[in-house]
Amino acid sequence: MNAKTLSARDMDFILYEWLDACQLTQRPRYAEHSRETFDAALTTARQVAEKYFANHNRKGDENEPAFDGKTVTLIPEIKAACDAVIETGLTRAGRDYEQGGMQLPHLLSQACFSWIQAANVSSSVYAFLAQSAATVIEKFGSADQRQRFFQPMLDGSFFGTMCLTEPHAGSSLGDIRATADLQADGTYRLRANKIFISAGEHDLADNIVHLVLAKIRGPEGVEPGVKGISLFIVPKFLVNDDGSLGARNDVQLAGLFHKMGYRSSISTAMNFGEQHGATAYLLGEAGKGLTYMFHMMNEARIAVGTGAAVLAVAGYLESLDYARQRPQGRAPDNRDPRSPMVPISEHADVKRMLLEQKALAESALALCLYSAKLVDDMHTHPDASGRADAAAMLDLLTPIIKAWPSEYGPRANDLAIQIHGGAGYTREYIVEQHYRDNRLNPIHEGTNGIQSLDLLGRKLGLNGGKTFLQLLVQMSAAANAAQKNETTAELGTALQQAVQRLGTVAQFFATQKNVPPSALTANSAVFLDFMGRIVIAWIWTWQATTAANALRHNTADKDFYLGKLQAARYFIRRELPRTVQQAELLMTLDSTCLDMADAWF
Amino acid sequence: MKVLVAVKRVVDANVKVRVAADNRGVDLTNVKMAMNPFCEIAVEEAVRLKEKGVATEILVVAVGPKEAQEQIRTALALGADRGILVEAADAQPLAIAKILKAIVDQEKPGLVITGKQSIDGDNNQVGQMLAALTGMGQGTFASEVNVADGKVKVTREIDGGLQTVELKLPALVSTDLRLNEPRYASLPNIMKAKKKPLDIKAPADFGVDVAPRVKTVKVEAPAARKAGIKVKTVEELVAKLKNEAKVIQ
Ligand SMILES: Cc1cc2nc3c(=O)[nH]c(=O)nc-3n(C[C@H](O)[C@H](O)[C@H](O)COP(=O)(O)OP(=O)(O)OC[C@H]3O[C@@H](n4cnc5c(N)ncnc54)[C@H](O)[C@@H]3O)c2cc1C
Ligand SMILES: Cc1cc2nc3c(=O)[nH]c(=O)nc-3n(C[C@H](O)[C@H](O)[C@H](O)COP(=O)(O)OP(=O)(O)OC[C@H]3O[C@@H](n4cnc5c(N)ncnc54)[C@H](O)[C@@H]3O)c2cc1C
Repeated sequence: MNAKTLSARDMDFILYEWLDACQLTQRPRYAEHSRETFDAALTTARQVAEKYFANHNRKGDENEPAFDGKTVTLIPEIKAACDAVIETGLTRAGRDYEQGGMQLPHLLSQACFSWIQAANVSSSVYAFLAQSAATVIEKFGSADQRQRFFQPMLDGSFFGTMCLTEPHAGSSLGDIRATADLQADGTYRLRANKIFISAGEHDLADNIVHLVLAKIRGPEGVEPGVKGISLFIVPKFLVNDDGSLGARNDVQLAGLFHKMGYRSSISTAMNFGEQHGATAYLLGEAGKGLTYMFHMMNEARIAVGTGAAVLAVAGYLESLDYARQRPQGRAPDNRDPRSPMVPISEHADVKRMLLEQKALAESALALCLYSAKLVDDMHTHPDASGRADAAAMLDLLTPIIKAWPSEYGPRANDLAIQIHGGAGYTREYIVEQHYRDNRLNPIHEGTNGIQSLDLLGRKLGLNGGKTFLQLLVQMSAAANAAQKNETTAELGTALQQAVQRLGTVAQFFATQKNVPPSALTANSAVFLDFMGRIVIAWIWTWQATTAANALRHNTADKDFYLGKLQAARYFIRRELPRTVQQAELLMTLDSTCLDMADAWF
Repeated sequence: MKVLVAVKRVVDANVKVRVAADNRGVDLTNVKMAMNPFCEIAVEEAVRLKEKGVATEILVVAVGPKEAQEQIRTALALGADRGILVEAADAQPLAIAKILKAIVDQEKPGLVITGKQSIDGDNNQVGQMLAALTGMGQGTFASEVNVADGKVKVTREIDGGLQTVELKLPALVSTDLRLNEPRYASLPNIMKAKKKPLDIKAPADFGVDVAPRVKTVKVEAPAARKAGIKVKTVEELVAKLKNEAKVIQ
């Protein structure tokens, strides 16, 4: 295999040494599992990733979907890739045995999926998005809707979409204009213009089931704000009682978006109900549309974070390989022009760029997989309080899980380009595509700006601040553990101080009762970066402890663990100190941005 | 018809192996292991025969360390029905062939499929030895296999092109790379494989002595490739191939 995607060694470290995935097999749901079944699933994922996804990563980038006004054309490799993940059961990995699933813990499903994402993130969209949409119908749909739509989506014969965004309402979903009118037969006629809809049109499946946010029109029009939003099932083809396809619904592809990256994933503008109104079925209760959609959001956001993290890992591995092979220059202490040039991986400045990538990429992936384990705890932790705590912790961390990897994943990719020199700026090398693909991640699934508002405005105060305190306690315990070990004491001490800093800043925000919200939220992005930085320092300190312990008995793999320790040091010595300045800025409620008048730009 | 497939646990094909410090072999500490790729093709062929209704039962046999259970489980996940592991680390081809012969005598398969060679030792011996020991006809380096009317037609990849042989069943087929494209173990089948029977035996159960008969004197990494040279004429090239490289006569 040529493409560098992920490190199997690091994946094993994260899953088995750091997160102790095998311990999950003690829970009844996973009782039939063992390290062997976990590894077998990972092997299948990796093989499918290499053969069916990595094979057209570049080709898909160079041949974006085309629309001739009537039909769209995708490169054929996308269909083969979708079929492969459906046939091997990767799309149903976590589902019940009775549903054709493997009852794999979410941690392992996410790890399997990350191999696919690393190989070709944009082609991974279709089949996995279909499964997310399917789950919404499974959870909130009627028995008839489950039979008619969920079942064929589960087995892969129907795909699905999520239609939220409109031209004038992206972040601001409360302002959508899509409408739905109740008919005598209990169905609705839906009218909407939706944009940026991923997988909105293709011929990868027999039918496409759109989940559309719209507002029901009553006698007084629609209810303003998010309370008025309902969720509808709008299939491309109606489905007869016997499961066969019926009439073509009033759903039309209006056009395609031409993106800088993520190109083999088709992005569509969809018009619903241009002629007589699209036939739509209300999902669950009226007015609960966003709640239902957000039910899937935590997991979707972990997937975005993971996608950003694995692209960072892929770029790191590519640039490491390149740096080891590219001779250029000599050591600063060597003045002999006749001596051979050395690989650039030997220059301190290139090591800096490699180490920064390693420090950003591996911790981002670790954070995402840690959060996948929270999903498992949320569903299968043996006691109720453990389940509730995990759910709350996931809620609290979600803005960081989504935003940190997507902010710093592209930064890592930027460094990979830099290491490639002029070559990195050409399309002959994959690192420029990694960057373009990754650049989507700060934008979709709630922009990072919106994530920062969510963190500061809602998540910090979750359960009266109890969850946030639990996080502080957990991070402090990891710092303590590190302080006890000579190898990691320095890291533990720095983390301990940072945790106090985070507590102080949060306390400060909690006690600002007489300030308008605008003054508090003005630096939300700084707060997200500040807290994200400390969370990542925690991840690194915790991993460093695991590595230091392993070094005591595992001498065969010394370099791997020493590498972990060095990356931890890099982050804590060079990235964490920025939180000192950030804390100062936050606690003065700096208003430089807020005070900027439009006319001054 | 029962089909017996032999599978071997070897270093994963993507791993770059290193010579062990004592020069007695390759360093296998912390190295990823997998089913020998030619054995994967053998399993796939058996599964296809079963899907076509030609085979009724697929038995996979591995001679190897305890961990070779993983490779048997993989074969079971791909569609084999039961497995036998004969625990013997580092058994040499003749010992493996003798063990397999004993199992063939007990199980009486209609067809035995092996890989043409395993990518660790690259010996290319077990299939041929097993055929000789059991007296079965052999179709090695198969790129196409057709079973009908108590016979198997095997298309073989040979130096000059393709050769087709017809063998009476029971027979032995060893697989070449182009025979088929192996599938991947689907996740539900990985779980089902756990419930399929897997017997663990020892070489002594079959009265086979696995003591090595071939001694490895020394293992060395291949010499680093020297820089090439440009030749001016075809004649010069031919002369060099003849006199220096000695690869033609
Ligand atoms: C490749 C791709 C795939 C997508 N797939 C889908 C899909 O399948 N389904 C779907 O429904 N949508 C999809 N989207 C749309 C995506 O969710 C939106 O782009 C995203 O929600 C942002 O909305 P917007 O583009 O309208 O930007 P805007 O909301 O206009 O935001 C522009 C900028 O303003 C900032 N901003 C906006 N509001 C505020 C505020 N109140 N306070 C502070 N800052 C603010 C944002 O942070 C951002 O930086 C996709 C987008 C892309 C690019
Ligand atoms: C669009 C474009 C236009 C160009 N136009 C021209 C042109 O018109 N004429 C022309 O002659 N060239 C041109 N170039 C080439 C450009 O100047 C080189 O790409 C640049 O000098 C870097 O060299 P390189 O690509 O070989 O990278 P390398 O020198 O291989 O560098 C790779 C990485 O190693 C690092 N590195 C290398 N040596 C050392 C060292 N001793 N110590 C520490 N780090 C080191 C670098 O900082 C870099 O990160 C162009 C390049 C591009 C992309």
